[in-house]
Amino acid sequence: MALIETHNLTKRFEKLTAVRKLNLKINEGEIFGLLGPNGAGKTTTLSMLATLIPPTDGWAKVNGFDVAKQASQVRHSIGFVFQDPSSDDLLTGRENLYLHALMYGVDMRDINKKMDEVLKLVDLTERQHERMKKYSGGMRRRLELARGLLHEPKILFLDEPTLGLDPQTREHLWKYIKKLSTEKKVTIIITTHYMEEADMLCDRVAIIDHGKVVALDTPSDLKKRLGGDVVNLKVRNPNVVAVRKLRYVKNIKVADGFVTLTVNDAGRHLQEIFKKIGNVESVESRSPTLNDVFLHYTGSEIRESGEEGGHFERMMHSGNR
Amino acid sequence: MSELNGLYALWYREFKVFLRERSRIVSSLVQPLMWLVIFGTGLGASIELGGAASGLDYQQFIFPGILCMTVLFGSLFFGLYIIMDKRVDFLKEVLVAPLTRTTIFFGKVLGGGTDGIVQITMLVILGAAFFGIHFTLYSIVMTYVIISLLLVSITSLGLAIGAVMSSPEGFGLISSFVIFPLFFLSGALFPVSNLPSWLYVFVSLNPVSYAVDALRTVILGIGSFGLGTDLLVLVGFAIIMVLIGTEAFKRMQI
Repeated sequence: MALIETHNLTKRFEKLTAVRKLNLKINEGEIFGLLGPNGAGKTTTLSMLATLIPPTDGWAKVNGFDVAKQASQVRHSIGFVFQDPSSDDLLTGRENLYLHALMYGVDMRDINKKMDEVLKLVDLTERQHERMKKYSGGMRRRLELARGLLHEPKILFLDEPTLGLDPQTREHLWKYIKKLSTEKKVTIIITTHYMEEADMLCDRVAIIDHGKVVALDTPSDLKKRLGGDVVNLKVRNPNVVAVRKLRYVKNIKVADGFVTLTVNDAGRHLQEIFKKIGNVESVESRSPTLNDVFLHYTGSEIRESGEEGGHFERMMHSGNR
Repeated sequence: MSELNGLYALWYREFKVFLRERSRIVSSLVQPLMWLVIFGTGLGASIELGGAASGLDYQQFIFPGILCMTVLFGSLFFGLYIIMDKRVDFLKEVLVAPLTRTTIFFGKVLGGGTDGIVQITMLVILGAAFFGIHFTLYSIVMTYVIISLLLVSITSLGLAIGAVMSSPEGFGLISSFVIFPLFFLSGALFPVSNLPSWLYVFVSLNPVSYAVDALRTVILGIGSFGLGTDLLVLVGFAIIMVLIGTEAFKRMQI
């Protein structure tokens, strides 16, 4: 069953269409990744699904409820871990959880039990009575993850959950996210532009660019779709024409004396490529990563939008005043 | 039920934070005390109050006005915290909760109002102990009624400004255009009975004047507008400000 469904979901700001005709179906229990370059519309999509901003056009249903007409029911069904800090520094971790539990209508009799449970899940039981000021970035994220689960939502939105964290903390956090998915059976929608993160965590990913889905599949199928292994050759004066005729070679790129090919079953065909292409000085062959997939679909030019969408939207709003 | 819990949660946060920010409590008392001690003593040394106020110290005379000033400065700036919450994602966390905007607004008003009550209580104690203000049960109860009405109004006004602004600098600019006229035109520092008519018009159009007048009536036994009129104006002011604030919260975009 599709737990989240969007139909031609569109959001226009004054001058810009942030999301255009987005059609998605996200199934119960999966970890679904929204990937895209900065400003691709990921955060805007999430904000619409969470009823924070209304869609300009189209519709979206979350847990069977329409985001525009049944906002309250939608909000009861979801948890949200925001990109920027969203807890009060002067309160302790536990107090921040308590606030959340009250606001989300958790039954008073269960509050303490549930807080203990989620704190344990993210290993913060021992630090729960410290003010959040003293928390590290990773601990803060973990607390906010735990908080998102407190009211037992069916769906949890994670907006760039590991942005700005060091590699160790990120891997640590992935472990927790996996744990939430398996132990709590919660459906997770995650936005990120870290490809290894998506590869590691997500059952399916949608690559979004300019507000549209450009590819949607499991990470391994997306990689397979590239059609083989990525082969990097250092060749002086490569004979590209000869190589192009080989039917198992795709996506030929030549740059700075290097030729990058996508080769179907590279192990078997490498010899033949060597013969045709000319004097090979070095070779590197690897399976494609999600990064290759991402660059394939979104192009490799540098985006000038600076920070992530949230920042951009904030600028839009200050412009609106 | 869950709306009530939400209301309690929002109040709980504001009040806990207020109690933990000691500097905020101290600084909220410094200004009124400077007015009472320095301005009150300094100007009081060379003026003699006439009319109904004759026989009163100038310090005693401005005490009700200083209470109103404390509410003005403290509560209007309470709206600034909304802007701080907007700068990070705390406000989103609140807005995405299954609570109506009206509940969120009233939670904030309650939180801000409680902060104000704490500040006023400290000033009332200091006033009774050091500034020769005599409180009776009646005047204490009435003081809290009047102060509460003013707190609700000014907190709502601050929140409404905070809801539509997105930068602290902008908030500061707007609020100083609001605070200073409201304060100086309230008769907090001078009797309104002998004013030139142009100034009297402005004073009588300022809702805060009625809070000052009401407090003077119940604490010192001198007033100009009549307590009934004062209370009527204050209730009306509170209702209008609450309506404006609720509407601003409903329209607030994140």
